[in-house]
Amino acid sequence: MTLRLYLLQRLTAVLMVPLIIAHLVTIIYATHHGLSAAEILGRTRGSLGWATFYGSFVLLAAVHASLGVRSVAADWTPLRSAALDALMWLFCLALVLLGARGVYAVIAT
Amino acid sequence: MSDVIAVSIWRGRDDGRYVDYKVPRLDSQTVLDVVTYVQRELDPTLSYRFACRVGVCGSCAMTVNGRPRWTCRTHVGKVAGGGRLELAPLANLPVVKDLATDMTQFFEKWQRAKGNFSPSKTRNDPVVQIRPSSPARVVVDKAIECINCGICYAACDSVRWDPVYLGPAALNRAWTLVNDERDASNRERLAAVAAVGGCHSCHTHQSCERHCPQSINPTASIAGLKRRTVRAYWSGELE
Repeated sequence: MTLRLYLLQRLTAVLMVPLIIAHLVTIIYATHHGLSAAEILGRTRGSLGWATFYGSFVLLAAVHASLGVRSVAADWTPLRSAALDALMWLFCLALVLLGARGVYAVIAT
Repeated sequence: MSDVIAVSIWRGRDDGRYVDYKVPRLDSQTVLDVVTYVQRELDPTLSYRFACRVGVCGSCAMTVNGRPRWTCRTHVGKVAGGGRLELAPLANLPVVKDLATDMTQFFEKWQRAKGNFSPSKTRNDPVVQIRPSSPARVVVDKAIECINCGICYAACDSVRWDPVYLGPAALNRAWTLVNDERDASNRERLAAVAAVGGCHSCHTHQSCERHCPQSINPTASIAGLKRRTVRAYWSGELE
């Protein structure tokens, strides 16, 4: 791993910390208050705030995780340089698409 | 205490095999004593490496019952559970023959990590005063007693997985020089340790720290390099 990738992974980790805490608090709040799926969707649909929150979460997680997968592949597979980068980008793209689909599902009106 | 030790020693190169020997058990006997007995009394074709016999030169490291150790200061009584010893060459290095490894890549990586002192003064300049209590020197003191035995290199998972990785010893050495205020090459050194296969490839498994016979913690040195390279990147010193 190079310095820039190392920094990017640490930076995304730091930025995700408050998002993870907020996400966990949200889950606990929703379950403790017995919110139904319809009630949750009623709050998230059309909300720019929730779209921004989970949209950034997805992007940060996609970058962070794909860098981690790149490191694991570098250690455990014969893949090197360009092949590793290709794997990283593919994994990142897949996570962004899956995440965006999830965000769209709870935000779209 | 049994009066005989059963010793299995790796013979040959990568495609070699273990050969069994019986060695008389003595008080205060070291693993190196056992190997020397085999070579002098049982099989003079056994190849191994040693020099000082007192834990200074770093030549006699081998794999003892699965763990890398300096054999001259490893007492048989502490490692030969059940009176058995299994001796192999250090891992992560090519085997020359029997217990002797080729250390070339180990020392080439020291060079790649800019592990050589690069003076910033000439002999005509006054000697730089470095207080033993200065923060930089305190950091250096913790890492300076490396004897180049290669034990950390053999113990390191990252070295095993990535042949380009510089390894704990070379990076630890670089860390001592990064903190040496007399050195003039730290920009190049930081660039060298931040490149592919440098300090950012360390996964902090701490096998180096666990096995270092000098009780050095190369993982901590590598963590220091990570911090220093990040700082240098933010300040524009590193690209």
